[in-house]
Amino acid sequence: MANRYSLGIDVGSTTVKTVITDAEHNIIYSKYQRHLSKVKETVTDQLKLIQADYPEDEFTVCITGSAGLGLANSAGIPFVQEVHAAFLAVKDKQPDADAVIELGGEDAKIIFLTGGVEQRMNGSCAGGTGAFIDQMATLLGITADELDELSLRAQKIYPIASRCGVFAKSDIQPLLNQGARREDISASIFQAVVDQTVSGLAQGRSIEGKVLFLGGPLFFLTGLRKAFVRTLGLDEAHAIFPKEAPVFVAFGCSLYAAESEAEHYTIADLAKKIASARANDDIITGEPLFSSQAEYDEFIDRHKKFDLGYEDIRTYRGDAYLGIDAGSTTTKLVLISDEGKILYQHYSSNQGQPLDKIAEQVKRIYSEMNPHIHIKGSAVTGYGEDLIRAGLSIDHGIVETVAHFKAAAYFCPDVDFIIDIGGQDIKCFRIKNHSIDSIMLNEACSSGCGSFIQTFAMALGYDIAEFSQLGLFAKHPVDLGSRCTVFMNSSVKQAQKDGATVEDISAGLSSSIIKNAIYKVIRANSPDELGKNIVVQGGTFLNDAVLRSFEKELGRNVIRPAISGLMGAFGCALYAKEKSTGESGIINKTDLDNFSYTSKSAQCGGCTANCQLNIINFGKGRNFISGNRCEKGSGKAKKNNVPNLYEYKYSSIISLEKSAQPPHPRGTVGLPLALSFYEQMPFWHTLFTELGFKVVFSDESSRQIYYLGQHTIPSDTVCYPAKLTHGHVESLLDKGADFIFYPCMSYNLDEGDSDNHFNCPVVAYYPELLIANNPRLNNDNFIHPYMDLNIRKNVVRVLRESLSRFNIKGMIPAAVDKAYAALDSFHRDIAAKAEEIIRQAREEGRNIIVLAGRPYHIDKEINHGIHKLITSLGMAVVTEDSVAHLAHTPHLGVLNQWTYHSRLYRAAQYVTTQPDMQLIQLVSFGCGIDAVTADEVRAILENKGKLYTQLKIDEINNLGAARIRLRSLVAAMEK
Amino acid sequence: MPEYAKFTEDMIKTHTILVPDMLPVHFKLFISIFGAAGYKMELLRNDSRSVVDEGLKNVHNDACYPALLVIGQFMDALASGKYDPDKTALLITQTGGGCRASNYIHLLRKAVVRNYPQIPVVSLNFSGLEKDSAFRVTPAMFLKLLYAVLYGDLLMTCYNHCRAYEVNKGDSEGVLDKWQKVLGDIFRTGSNDYLKTKKNYRAILDDFAAVKLSGEKKIRVGIVGEIYVKYSPLANNHLEDFLISEGCEPVVPSLLEFVMYCAAGTFNDAKIYDHVTKSSIFNKIGYDLIYSKQKELIKVMKEQGSFEPLHDFEHLRSLADKYISQGVVMGEGWLIPAEMAALAKSGVKNIICTQPFGCLPNHIVAKGMSRAIKQDNPDANIVAIDYDPGATRVNQENRIKLMLANARM
Repeated sequence: MANRYSLGIDVGSTTVKTVITDAEHNIIYSKYQRHLSKVKETVTDQLKLIQADYPEDEFTVCITGSAGLGLANSAGIPFVQEVHAAFLAVKDKQPDADAVIELGGEDAKIIFLTGGVEQRMNGSCAGGTGAFIDQMATLLGITADELDELSLRAQKIYPIASRCGVFAKSDIQPLLNQGARREDISASIFQAVVDQTVSGLAQGRSIEGKVLFLGGPLFFLTGLRKAFVRTLGLDEAHAIFPKEAPVFVAFGCSLYAAESEAEHYTIADLAKKIASARANDDIITGEPLFSSQAEYDEFIDRHKKFDLGYEDIRTYRGDAYLGIDAGSTTTKLVLISDEGKILYQHYSSNQGQPLDKIAEQVKRIYSEMNPHIHIKGSAVTGYGEDLIRAGLSIDHGIVETVAHFKAAAYFCPDVDFIIDIGGQDIKCFRIKNHSIDSIMLNEACSSGCGSFIQTFAMALGYDIAEFSQLGLFAKHPVDLGSRCTVFMNSSVKQAQKDGATVEDISAGLSSSIIKNAIYKVIRANSPDELGKNIVVQGGTFLNDAVLRSFEKELGRNVIRPAISGLMGAFGCALYAKEKSTGESGIINKTDLDNFSYTSKSAQCGGCTANCQLNIINFGKGRNFISGNRCEKGSGKAKKNNVPNLYEYKYSSIISLEKSAQPPHPRGTVGLPLALSFYEQMPFWHTLFTELGFKVVFSDESSRQIYYLGQHTIPSDTVCYPAKLTHGHVESLLDKGADFIFYPCMSYNLDEGDSDNHFNCPVVAYYPELLIANNPRLNNDNFIHPYMDLNIRKNVVRVLRESLSRFNIKGMIPAAVDKAYAALDSFHRDIAAKAEEIIRQAREEGRNIIVLAGRPYHIDKEINHGIHKLITSLGMAVVTEDSVAHLAHTPHLGVLNQWTYHSRLYRAAQYVTTQPDMQLIQLVSFGCGIDAVTADEVRAILENKGKLYTQLKIDEINNLGAARIRLRSLVAAMEK
Repeated sequence: MPEYAKFTEDMIKTHTILVPDMLPVHFKLFISIFGAAGYKMELLRNDSRSVVDEGLKNVHNDACYPALLVIGQFMDALASGKYDPDKTALLITQTGGGCRASNYIHLLRKAVVRNYPQIPVVSLNFSGLEKDSAFRVTPAMFLKLLYAVLYGDLLMTCYNHCRAYEVNKGDSEGVLDKWQKVLGDIFRTGSNDYLKTKKNYRAILDDFAAVKLSGEKKIRVGIVGEIYVKYSPLANNHLEDFLISEGCEPVVPSLLEFVMYCAAGTFNDAKIYDHVTKSSIFNKIGYDLIYSKQKELIKVMKEQGSFEPLHDFEHLRSLADKYISQGVVMGEGWLIPAEMAALAKSGVKNIICTQPFGCLPNHIVAKGMSRAIKQDNPDANIVAIDYDPGATRVNQENRIKLMLANARM
């Protein structure tokens, strides 16, 4: 006899779940399956399974899930939003839960049940979830389950940016390349997911009481569960992991179906409905990459011309040179003969263990090579340069840009432009007068690179070569936009939903990568800007679809050497040959056969930065230390004497707190070490000291300070300097200040020479956001009046009003005058110190870098010690504000209306007049205003023949990319 | 920096000025007013993917989405070959202030200079910027534009309401088209009939009131946010149409609120920062005038009784004070929390806050204020949706659906 049931179908971003419930809400059937993006097929398969067991029965049906919406619409089946479905399920199964955390493939959700029901999802820029864990596992060359096992044996947690996969990757990669333990990295990945959920979703609401954990990743991954329980401080009774977790949402969906008065179907009818569901046809498509086989053949022939000669490593006799490129995700080796012929080549994924992989390859070379081959030189480049050089005693370490240029010039001596798309980086350099003129690298948020296609191909069940081949003859390549990978993921999801084929998606991805490179990284306005002779390289260009997309987008042919993926290594080999002294110090066969190392972690106690160190011991007392930001940690006691205004300015601000305090303070005022205070502290400190208050500062910035305030951050896309402010406020509250003083200011100081003198909206009004989102703040303990420092009478009036409870009206005018004087003398002191530094640097023959950002970029948690990196390269550092007054604003193409940004233009103008100076712009991720300033500063510098270097910084504590740029800059300056 | 082309006297006769698509109802009326003053204008309606692509090509990708779209729409139109570059000019609005939006005109000029150096860009502003342009808004035109905003707001408000409930599909659009034409003709011919506000308001209200409505109960969803994304269907992926298809009534606050917010900014700042100037005094006079016009419209709407009147602006200001200072004047500033509170108080508990991805002021005034507004209005259901060239509709609609599921609970 036919029964009546309810069926819930949950189509997530990576899995399909089906649940059947009876009238009493019992789950009588459930199934969980990965769909590999074949949504309709997987649903149909599952229906077939159900049909076998329930051929006659009738079902009310509902679909849920992020990828289910399109299917539901086109099949005409009711849809319920997945968070709501989870809510219904929780109400039924676990009515006493206080909060629910659900992690899915690409979404993270949180439901608060008690004290006002609230359902939340991650925003569009927060991919750190199930797919993120998969991606990280791929990066380590293991499965998610293995990652889980490793994590259980962790000894320590590294801070990993938790905002999105791309960021986390750039934190993890250097750890891997420096040899950090995989166990620790695995646990850190889970911790990053937890932090993301807590900060991104809870946003000020604390997760307490009984917490229910749902979704596949939380069900299958023990380490992730532990990380959540530990972070939220839950005990066993309050952390609930239901056994139905993976299908919980499908269960809620079936409850929704039961409640609704929707139609009833047999499974056969339902399958028909789904099969006949029509995809909508409003996807946007482009032209095919090749219209005919002939066109493709011509293309292949044309590129064949750029190949090298080969020699057999077993028969060749003579000199040879070894080049190694220890890239972020791949390892490349080339051994060349005296005539530049290839004796040996290797390209593979480093699987997170670059040193082992390369040692293995060198062993192979030793075992295969003719005994009469004499290796006369070796060089290494790439992220793993230092480690490999130390481990295998390689002769030279060179910066990647130099290696690539050397290789490109070998194929095309008149090369104008080189673009290299690797696993994780896009590097472009413009060549003028046979030297590198400008360098463009992708930012942390535009990494549409090779590893992205690879991860994607794997998610769709293809290997990379097969996948890219598919795109060549796609009829309608999908337009997927040109944003960061997280966005591309959802674009692909949408295209699939709309019925695009794998071929179309493959071609679309190729073109996205290219558009990303041209318009976002190079920022070209026309192909002509790239010049006539363009060499493309990097493993990603071995992909014909990517190469073709590039030629099509530019409308001209380019040169792709056949060893496109090995160009860095080839450049190294050429360099080794050039610099050869006749003998290479590279590790010999015997030592290599006995080669082994151990790695451990430690904390440097050299200064307050407490850098996390990785110590790799190669035996015989040889160590390699990484993770240090200055020389102290590396065990070299050499003191860095290169003058550095960042340090001076920072300590001038910090030391104010220790200066004279009133003997009998009338109260304690807290001032946060954040945003505008990094410039105005002398003003406020003097003011309050004069008024008889004891002044306390918040603790110096650190990751811990960030965590302290993380739960009160309402907007996860605001810049890191602003996010840190939350922690500083907490720090002051913990220190017991009577009140915190933090004024709002639409206007900054008017320094003239500009159209206006605003603050950016975030600096101007952040106190409003702080008080609205931190429940510990109120109008008594958080005084945040509006004032304009340019108008003394306004400052006096506003202070009188906002400090009226202290009865100090009469003291204010005099204190304000002293405060102005203190600020003025601080500015003069900084300018004088800059002059001194410049003089000293010139005496010592050093180049000088104007590290140009905002006042708060002197915060070491914000700049991550970039200034120390610069001084370690022997260059002196001054700040933008210390030299801005030395020049006038040049003619600009934009409105020059923010005080801090206006200094950038003047500082850049000044730099153009000084032969031994270069400017590096520090840009905080998410600073929309620097979208305006960056192009202008670049134009000012480049018009006068200076180099433009931009370093984008965020919470990422990874100086790898910065180091490449800085070393490239040094290399370019030497020419 | 290359010099950009200026808009000269003789171009008034020879050039067609292209206008970006933001608020079609209002902008059509504006175009009629400029037509009466001798300017030829055309409202752009191109909205294919190539608009976004042109934007990506021509604007720094980290610039905000509205800039990217407005510039992309111009460049796409010019690339279509429909317009003679020697006889075309581009119009862009300019508000000034500390938001990076005040740089749109410069970003547009950069893009234009590279591709069509002969095309002038004209600025529509009320702050006396760009004095060297032959494109001028006289006080008389300014007054007419103000009336056009009032009429446009009334049409938009009635239309949005009727469209959600109309029994015969297309009825509301018929009324809208009729009045768009009537008012357009009045402005274009230079007639003074636009001054007969009470009569016209009443007739518009009665016409819309005659549209047969179903009387069913629908979820009302307020739309607030960054001004361009909030209104422009091109930017917000046709948000109003989507809400109607989901069985909701979209409630979109009027443009006049933004105009008054801008007007109030200058004299507010003068008070806050003790910086009274001629222009702040002039602004107060202008504000008082506009406010009296708003009160008149509200009065007629109340008397007629079929539609919910616009938010009284002084009421909005007092609501804002509960959450945020009126010193927050960059972007949409304090207006966003005030509108959210006003919507919640008037029973529109479900609110979508539309914003360009990474919008700086919205960190503070939208996402930053949601918590405080929810605390005061526990049943307020607010969702912030980011718009961006890469953000997909699926993602946005899924989040809106979550908000609607909350609303239906």
